[in-house]
Amino acid sequence: MGCVRRERARAMKEITEPSMRDLFDHELHVVNVGLSSFAENIAQAGGEVVDLAWRPPAGGDIAAGLTLAALVNEPVVEAANRVAFGRYLDAQPALTDVLLARDAISALHGERRLLHAGPPIEWAHMCGPVQGAIAGAIVYEGWADSPTDAMAMAAAGAVAFEPAHHHGAVGPMAGVISPSMPVWVVENTTTGNRAFCNFNEGLGKVLRFGANSAFVIEHLRWMGTELFETMQATVRELGGLELKPLIAQALHMGDEAHNRNVAATGLLLKRLLPALLATEAPRAVLRRVVDHIVGNDHFFLNLSMASCKAMLDAAAGVAHSSIVTVMARNGVNFGIRLSGTGDQWFEAPANAVDGLFFPGYGIGDAAPDLGDSAITETAGLGGFAMAAAPAIVQFVGGTPADATESSRRMRTITVGTNPAFTLPALDFGPSAAGIDARLVVDSGVLPIINTGIAHRDAGVGQIGAGITTAPLGCFVAALDALARTVGAGESQ
Amino acid sequence: MTVKHRIIADLYKDSVALMVISSRLLNVDGIDAASVVMATPTNVENLVHAGLGGHAAVRTSDVIVAVAGIDSSCDAALELAATLFAEQPARNAGAVAVAPPTSLQSAIARDPAASLALVSVPGEYAAGEAMKALRLGLHVMIFSDNVAVHHERSLKQYAASRGLLVMGPDCGTAIVNGLPLGFANVVRRGTIGVVGASGTGMQEITSRIHNLGGGISQALGTGGHDLSDEIGGISMLQAMRALEHDPDTEVLVLVSKPPAAGVARVVLDEVRAMRTPVVVMFLGADPATFDDGVVRGARSLANAADIAVALAIGQPASSSAPDNRLERRRLLDDAVARMAPGQRFVRGIFCGGTFCYEAQLVCLGEAITGCSNTPVAGNTVLSDVNVSREHTFLDMGDDAFTQGRPHPMIDPTLRNERVARDAADAETAVLLVDIVLGYGSAADPASELLAVIGRAQVEAAQAGRHLAVISHVCGTDADPQDRTAIVAQLDAAGVLVASSNAEAARWAAYVANGLVR
Repeated sequence: MGCVRRERARAMKEITEPSMRDLFDHELHVVNVGLSSFAENIAQAGGEVVDLAWRPPAGGDIAAGLTLAALVNEPVVEAANRVAFGRYLDAQPALTDVLLARDAISALHGERRLLHAGPPIEWAHMCGPVQGAIAGAIVYEGWADSPTDAMAMAAAGAVAFEPAHHHGAVGPMAGVISPSMPVWVVENTTTGNRAFCNFNEGLGKVLRFGANSAFVIEHLRWMGTELFETMQATVRELGGLELKPLIAQALHMGDEAHNRNVAATGLLLKRLLPALLATEAPRAVLRRVVDHIVGNDHFFLNLSMASCKAMLDAAAGVAHSSIVTVMARNGVNFGIRLSGTGDQWFEAPANAVDGLFFPGYGIGDAAPDLGDSAITETAGLGGFAMAAAPAIVQFVGGTPADATESSRRMRTITVGTNPAFTLPALDFGPSAAGIDARLVVDSGVLPIINTGIAHRDAGVGQIGAGITTAPLGCFVAALDALARTVGAGESQ
Repeated sequence: MTVKHRIIADLYKDSVALMVISSRLLNVDGIDAASVVMATPTNVENLVHAGLGGHAAVRTSDVIVAVAGIDSSCDAALELAATLFAEQPARNAGAVAVAPPTSLQSAIARDPAASLALVSVPGEYAAGEAMKALRLGLHVMIFSDNVAVHHERSLKQYAASRGLLVMGPDCGTAIVNGLPLGFANVVRRGTIGVVGASGTGMQEITSRIHNLGGGISQALGTGGHDLSDEIGGISMLQAMRALEHDPDTEVLVLVSKPPAAGVARVVLDEVRAMRTPVVVMFLGADPATFDDGVVRGARSLANAADIAVALAIGQPASSSAPDNRLERRRLLDDAVARMAPGQRFVRGIFCGGTFCYEAQLVCLGEAITGCSNTPVAGNTVLSDVNVSREHTFLDMGDDAFTQGRPHPMIDPTLRNERVARDAADAETAVLLVDIVLGYGSAADPASELLAVIGRAQVEAAQAGRHLAVISHVCGTDADPQDRTAIVAQLDAAGVLVASSNAEAARWAAYVANGLVR
């Protein structure tokens, strides 16, 4: 009886709202947001439930939380992210040339201008290492005779300063690039956009950590002449070098392409050596050049950075996209840019670095987080590829399991993964890539950044290395700006 | 005595978890006061009032641990707090612990079949979480209250335009596809659908349907503000339509406090056009004003269940319980006879807001007018909620009592304290209490109450008084607490157990009126 009536009822009743029908017709799967006891009850009653470890989004900023909510699964943003992420994935960075900065970057041609790391900053507000590096670069360029004179010159406004990122360039730590410095030219062969990065000087007393003694300047002059000429001839002899496969290979050899570049430096040398020999440079020159490369496990870092910059610039400028295309620090503030918000920077004070210090130094000596090298994390390398380089987590007393967990966690804040960069410890799964500012603000999971630590005073150099995170405030501010563009787009 | 603090930056814990930690700290020898709270402005102010102020600057996303007592004990308590916060489930050496998802999107990535989000975060965050869930295609139940009306409206409009349902805000109960959500009883599945703007009202109806042998297809909550002019019954109408088209639903019950007039008209017009028979329970509205044979009006929550079950099985409603009215009347008369001359008043002390509301209505019908912190029309506002006056009906789940505390259905401590206080009042004749079972409710809701009542009866007897204790138990034998066991426990303690909230209120009124005669 009941069965017959049920059948008739079924036949009589029209199809209602499909999603309400879905709700009744399928086993209920619940996401519990709040009191865990409710999730326990559902589980006890035999239901499927995922219990969130909920915390207030946007660090508890209620208005920002609502802004975020309005952007979740927003079709305009989703479509823009697909475009931007596709361009990032399609990018093929290749080392195509070596040039002097003034010949690569028009803003440095015939101008007293220097590029620096991170978002824009006035001379007076710059941290010690950046001021030191700028003073050194002014002396190197011959615009002043001594670092003291150089500082006075900079303070007097006789030299212009701009973020390297404004000119398709990046530099580690202080990131100072002056007109006469050599730069790697990395081209995205898919679309032709080019990115630039200076040469890595090595360890110890170096300009990028704010050192500017005569020895440092002398080393820069050698790099700007003999090393530059030899590398230029070598790269031209080689006829270009695809960098994505080289990075991918290094990820399988214990590098994460930010704070560990041992394998990639070796692989690069292997590729460069035949061309280097073919340049028929004098034996003494060859010896000095090869000594420079093999004596510096971070030699490849600057190429990794230029590759990442080339891939991310391809993804930049897609209206409404919430994908992060730049993360960079100027030693005071951490700044990010989104693909969908043009040239705007969104800044917040840099977070502290948790790490290990060289003997005799401690946290009190450390400059705030510094440098453009977080471009590697932005591109899915560095901290995002930590599982490839368990050695790095030892900076913070971590285990290989922690490294793997870090890489997995980063997948929760990216729009996708990059199949070109696979990580053996994740069962050869792809590295997280395409940081979505919405996911960062929503989950409170902050991008992990592997980094070196500079002494706060100019000229001392590196005093340690460790791990830090991108500050939430940048992402909150960026979403606010993005929301306004999305709102404006809808009203048109 | 010293006061010490520890600030834990950017840590979110729900208030229940923090209270557990507070209580652990209080157990430390030499600690006089301890409070572990999220650093909201209200909580910070409360700490000052509690003599636990003076901490360093905080942000609302921080946790404040505040302890007062002997200096060394304070240090020990702060250490203990740090240990408790750091406690994690043990994980296998070398294994990768899978961190729980921290956002809706990561949760959906974990379970792509997710279809509903149950939101019970603090009210100011609930609208954001609900909107995210809707934008991700989930139906939403919002248990949280204190959500702004304009947020409720925009959430419901957004949801309705996409065929999604928003239950709440302030939705305490739902049963979807047989799964209990929030506070809900274990009932068999069946053919009766319930849509309600009242949590405990729905618990009473669904439990009674089960106890009468019927079953529930779906029980969908709307939240208490849905039938206001501002919201216009968006969720109620959506849920009604969904159940009208649901082949498993053969009878529909609507339950709510009286809707705004315009909304009531819309709802009733829609009900009249439906093929599914509908029982309407608008608490406090005269059923004669809308019962026209098509719409069936119910006189009480229990009556709504009776009618629905009768419709579902196709015969007139009849109580399956043996008629023991005479026996009960004798017990009530006996209680009246044992009372002292000054004992006159009913003191109703409720966990369920709707039970408090319905009890007032029933008593008003029996010419018992009184005071309440949530008075129905005809009763007066209790000026000091901490002091009962004449006939008093208290909703202990009201904001006045739940600021920074769990709801009395979860933790009845505050309710039981109030029962003790009113029991000691020489003017109290009847203690009228509700006991709510089911998921979400206290695991042992009766023992502490009975201990309180036992002590009160002894003290009353010493003073030559006798208290009539009348209760009703909302729940089923399938609930984790087991209704039969609880009723037996109450019976054994001399509590008069009615079969419904309305009946319990009628008994209370009978006693009060008997004392007047």
